Amino acid sequence: MAKTMTQKAAPGLGLDADLARKLLRDMILIRRFEEKAAEAYALGKIGGFLHLSIGEEAVAAGATSALRPDDYAISTYREHGHCLVKGSDPRRVMAELFGRIDGLSKGKGGSMHLFDKEHNFLGGHAIVGAHLPLAAGVGFAIKYRGGDQVIVCYFGDGAVPEGEFHEALNLASLWKLPVVWICENNRYAMGTSLERALAQTEIYKFGQTYGIPCEPVDGMDVLVVRDAVARAVDRARHDKTPTLLEARTYRFRGHSMRDPAGAVYRTKEEVEREKLRDPILLFRDRALKAGVLSEDDAKKIEKDVNDLVDEAVAFAEASPEPEPSELFTDIFKEPA
Amino acid sequence: MAVMTYREALNLALREEMRRDPDVFVIGEEVGLYEGAYKVTQGLLKEFGPKRIVDTPIAESGFTGVGIGAAMVGLRPVVEMMTFNFALLALDQIVNSAAKLNYMSGGQYNVPIVIRGPGGPAHQLAAQHSQSMEVYFYHVPGLKVVRPSTPMDAKGLLKSAIRDDNPVIFIESETLYNVKGEVSEDPDFLVPLGQAAVRREGTDVTVIAYMGMMYRAMEAAEELAKDGISVEIVDPRTLQPLDTETIIRSVRKTHRAVVVEAGAGFAGMGSEIATEITEEAFDDLDAPVARVTGAQAPMPYARSLERLKTPTKEKIADAIRQVCYANGSR
Ligand SMILES: Cc1ncc(C[n+]2csc(CCOP(=O)(O)OP(=O)(O)O)c2C)c(N)n1
Ligand SMILES: [Mg+2]
Repeated sequence: MAKTMTQKAAPGLGLDADLARKLLRDMILIRRFEEKAAEAYALGKIGGFLHLSIGEEAVAAGATSALRPDDYAISTYREHGHCLVKGSDPRRVMAELFGRIDGLSKGKGGSMHLFDKEHNFLGGHAIVGAHLPLAAGVGFAIKYRGGDQVIVCYFGDGAVPEGEFHEALNLASLWKLPVVWICENNRYAMGTSLERALAQTEIYKFGQTYGIPCEPVDGMDVLVVRDAVARAVDRARHDKTPTLLEARTYRFRGHSMRDPAGAVYRTKEEVEREKLRDPILLFRDRALKAGVLSEDDAKKIEKDVNDLVDEAVAFAEASPEPEPSELFTDIFKEPA
Repeated sequence: MAVMTYREALNLALREEMRRDPDVFVIGEEVGLYEGAYKVTQGLLKEFGPKRIVDTPIAESGFTGVGIGAAMVGLRPVVEMMTFNFALLALDQIVNSAAKLNYMSGGQYNVPIVIRGPGGPAHQLAAQHSQSMEVYFYHVPGLKVVRPSTPMDAKGLLKSAIRDDNPVIFIESETLYNVKGEVSEDPDFLVPLGQAAVRREGTDVTVIAYMGMMYRAMEAAEELAKDGISVEIVDPRTLQPLDTETIIRSVRKTHRAVVVEAGAGFAGMGSEIATEITEEAFDDLDAPVARVTGAQAPMPYARSLERLKTPTKEKIADAIRQVCYANGSR
């Protein structure tokens, strides 16, 4: 990371085996799932835009581990990971990518529009910045009903120069809404680096502007993410105070499958250097060294995840395409 | 029944629905303390308090998005646009979020939201405050669009819109807020979305018109009656879904049609309705469908120019005469 982080690295203490297993499993699930999706894309089984979050898994896994199942999450088009670790069935997520009827959205949403009501996953939104006001609205509804859930809203650094980022942060702060804003700062919006987009590149500082707690977070360290999000969730749950977290991370792949090299706007050296901080390897090593996980545990996780993802692909492949009549269903709410 | 203004009818609809359903709330600029830029929400803050009558800063995209997000998880927001011209700042939220979420989620997240406020020509408000905004919305699958012309419809349609499980764009008119009429005080009275009303029965020609244009068409019809021309007036009330059945039934009876709209005519509601009539009832027509539309120009400020921009009673009457005397049948 180019910028130094203010907080200390997480100690890795107080981490029990179950949690370690879960965090590692969630991160590997995202990685393997997306590797398989990339293969399927190359074979023409997935179309359109496919954005991978490989390299950024620690943010989704760490943040989600600090949530209750009835908390909400909402995200961008780079949301496979957020959706999977929120609890969605990988088979149905893959079927959605394949455009099949058993997909979460019956194949009508695709990779960029994953929704899973059962797990309070509010989507996959592909207009940069547009889902931030929606997150504030969900926070508004939680408060309106006197609930104690929170909503986590993931967005990219590319949303920060958009007006809706500022409108949403202002409203959430003004009205004290239980929103945890998580900017996944991977330093690029397509090919535009932070420096070319923002007059203030320390994104977390916008939290100061809107009078809310804010901090930069090492987005490659799943425990640091978990810790920061847990504190933010606590504030949101108990004081209805929103927080802006800037998770500094990096995408190892291109912007989408149509930018495979991802290298015209950044150097190979930079990409290689960042890959040294692979969040999965970092955490795996730490957990092994600390003795909370054994090699065998790690291998078993790998194997289980591989099986799960293979099964997801087989399921997606076997699922039928939507019937022609589906074109016209769900335009409006279908009568019960 | 009671006689009240269009404004009071809207206010009553909001009150009744808010009393009936605690999930209904109003959000927008100046809706609370100021009691509404056009006083539609007068007294609501007093009755329902700031939790349910929510004043916002000037952030149309932001607070419309808040409404959509709240609707996704089950609340029933009524978002007020101070005027619909400002809805352009929220157009992305309306078109890309509200209209699409149910579809993109395969039916998991519907959006029961009403976005309401005045739109269309007013009095010397010039180019940025007088636009007929419905065209921006009825093109979009997933949105319903309502234009209520009378106090009774204002109440009954707003209540239906609030109870609808989908996004409804509800465009009122500054020029109609003071119009008085009979309004049902029955809290269960509804006007269903998607049903046109025959405002005046006639046998020679069908005029399709809504909002201020409907009233001008009525005046033209009165005048033409003296010349022995019997005009039927159909008010679509809901533009999406459009009740083409009622329109076509009327045209089959009269064999002639004139469509009136306040906005510029190019690819407007008139084009759509004229096409529907041509496709469905071509053989019934004794004359080509005529359109009377706003001029293809921004709304000017000067009173003299403003008069030229929007269809007048005279223009409507001329078009009706022309259609009636076409092919020498009269
Ligand atoms: C409003 C809008 N403008 C432009 C785009 C095209 N676009 C898609 S992704 C993207 C970059 C966004 O970058 P960032 O927010 O940093 O997220 P990341 O892709 O890095 O995860 C752009 C410009 C869009 N989808 N929406
Ligand atoms: Mg980015």
